[in-house]
Amino acid sequence: MKKKSREDMNEKKLFTPIKKEELGIKEFVRPPVGYWKDAWRRLKKNKLAMVGLVMIILLLLFAILAPLLSPYKYDQTELTNCYASMSKTHLFGTDAIGRDVFTRIAFGARISLAVGFVAAFISFFIGVFYGGISGFIGGKTDNIMMRIVDIFYSIPVLLIVILLMVILRPGLTNVFIALGIAYWVGMARIVRGQVLSLKEQEFTLAARALGASKRRILTKHLIPNTMGPIIITATLLIPNAIFFEAFLSFIGLGVSAPMASWGVLASDGVQGFRSHPGLLFIPAIFISLTMLSFNFLGDGLRDALDPRLRK
Amino acid sequence: MKKYIINRIFSMILVLVVVSSLTFFLAKAIPGGPFTKEKKVPDVILQRLEEKYHFDDPLWKQYAFYMGNLMKGDLGPSFRYDALTVNDIIRKGFPVSATIGFLAVLLSIILGLPAGIISAYRQNFWQDNTVMFFSLIGISVPSFILATVFMYFFGLKFKILPIAGWGGFRYMILPAITLAAYPTAYIARLTRSSMLDVLSQDYIKTARSKGISEFRVITMHALKNAILPVVTYMGPMIAAIFTGSFIIERLFFIPGLGKYYVTAIYDRDYTVILGTTIFYAFFLVTANFIVDILYAFLDPRITYEEKK
Repeated sequence: MKKKSREDMNEKKLFTPIKKEELGIKEFVRPPVGYWKDAWRRLKKNKLAMVGLVMIILLLLFAILAPLLSPYKYDQTELTNCYASMSKTHLFGTDAIGRDVFTRIAFGARISLAVGFVAAFISFFIGVFYGGISGFIGGKTDNIMMRIVDIFYSIPVLLIVILLMVILRPGLTNVFIALGIAYWVGMARIVRGQVLSLKEQEFTLAARALGASKRRILTKHLIPNTMGPIIITATLLIPNAIFFEAFLSFIGLGVSAPMASWGVLASDGVQGFRSHPGLLFIPAIFISLTMLSFNFLGDGLRDALDPRLRK
Repeated sequence: MKKYIINRIFSMILVLVVVSSLTFFLAKAIPGGPFTKEKKVPDVILQRLEEKYHFDDPLWKQYAFYMGNLMKGDLGPSFRYDALTVNDIIRKGFPVSATIGFLAVLLSIILGLPAGIISAYRQNFWQDNTVMFFSLIGISVPSFILATVFMYFFGLKFKILPIAGWGGFRYMILPAITLAAYPTAYIARLTRSSMLDVLSQDYIKTARSKGISEFRVITMHALKNAILPVVTYMGPMIAAIFTGSFIIERLFFIPGLGKYYVTAIYDRDYTVILGTTIFYAFFLVTANFIVDILYAFLDPRITYEEKK
């Protein structure tokens, strides 16, 4: 008893044993970070990508809140007040028939962004479905399915879209359809390539050994693992789609009046741009900013989601 | 190699047959014939017209007729311009488009490659940042906006260059620069990233330690390998430039094929749309094919025999 207490005393003087929790060991062990969390952390460090993300969110808010932001309607004309310059009542002035440019830009944002997102969504849907099946089944089916993709792939997107728009007639829904049809090909290729390499990996074998059905392996094991590249492709596809819509509207194949996408506004602006360059430059700036934001974000996502590609 | 080329030629033909058949049937599916105009055409004339263009034949016969003519390189008459055939339009428009296109290709390589090299060589220095900044703008700003901005400043404000029109080299400068903007930016980015890859390789260190001049290391050792991704981009680049010129030609009033194409869209001149689409597809598929073959010659590591 005495001996022990002396030992105790000594130890207490020199080394005091402390509890494990007090050691702060936890600080040394990195908590397990999931793929998405890790990617988000990398993305947050990328300033340009964050700028892009913030701008996209602002643009989305701008589009969603469009009716609240201005007292005018997008097709409300004010013929006594044409080509008004920037002022408090008309933030960006008015156009050739006295419509408030700010309102038209805000409503244009709805169309342009909708085109981008819907086109990305359609091509995502078809591409994942088609590419997933093609890569998973492999063999002859894959060969035939990819031949079809090759044929589509070798025709420039613009030709497909123009042709479809000529046949389907201009209009917003048809822009969605045409862009969706044109863009799924690239997505299908990427998904197929990913699935092809993933299905040879051990975790697929393990899933198969455990008796998982083919459908389950594809939907629960393979597709989720291809999400990184898919999201990158989709993000970079959105600015492309927005550009194409602007392009189509510009040559008169896009959205029809009185609705106005940014492309239509820019196209209208060209007609009077010698005297009123603002009518062209304002939609132009919005188109460029949007494309820039999505490109920033897409580049950032590529670095964040696919660390192997990092330069 | 031979087998690969033969394979590629077959798939090229397949692509073209599919494209032309698809466009043919799609055009036939459009409600309203090409002769339904605002002013009603008398029935007799309509009948004669339909006879002339074989519209009264069954669909398969029309298809066979069209494809047969296509084999002979005859793309048919224009519906809007009685005196012109689609071949005439292509013969008139394509050289003009090709001139600007060629200038734009040249420009984007001359500007894009060195920009990318410098950017990679001075990674994270101001040179790099400047190049990357401008290349982002080049990628993000749509060509038709760039075109109008150029027209505004160079044509209207400073009056250095003609705003629009065609005739002489001076008229080609602005359209060529506008067309080249996107591919230049893209090439610069591509060169930069592949150059960064190559510059960190051991053989570059070896070359430097041998005392070879820095210029030689960059141009002879690094660039030779770094240029490969750029060559792969050539196919899509040519496509981008030639389809990009649809709008540029319209804006600058250049009588190229792109302008005819867009005008045909406005006019719903279906044979012209069909014909030029097929022509573009043919041209671009061929360009891709040539680029692929070129690639095999440039990169001895690539043997197409093994690839399947």
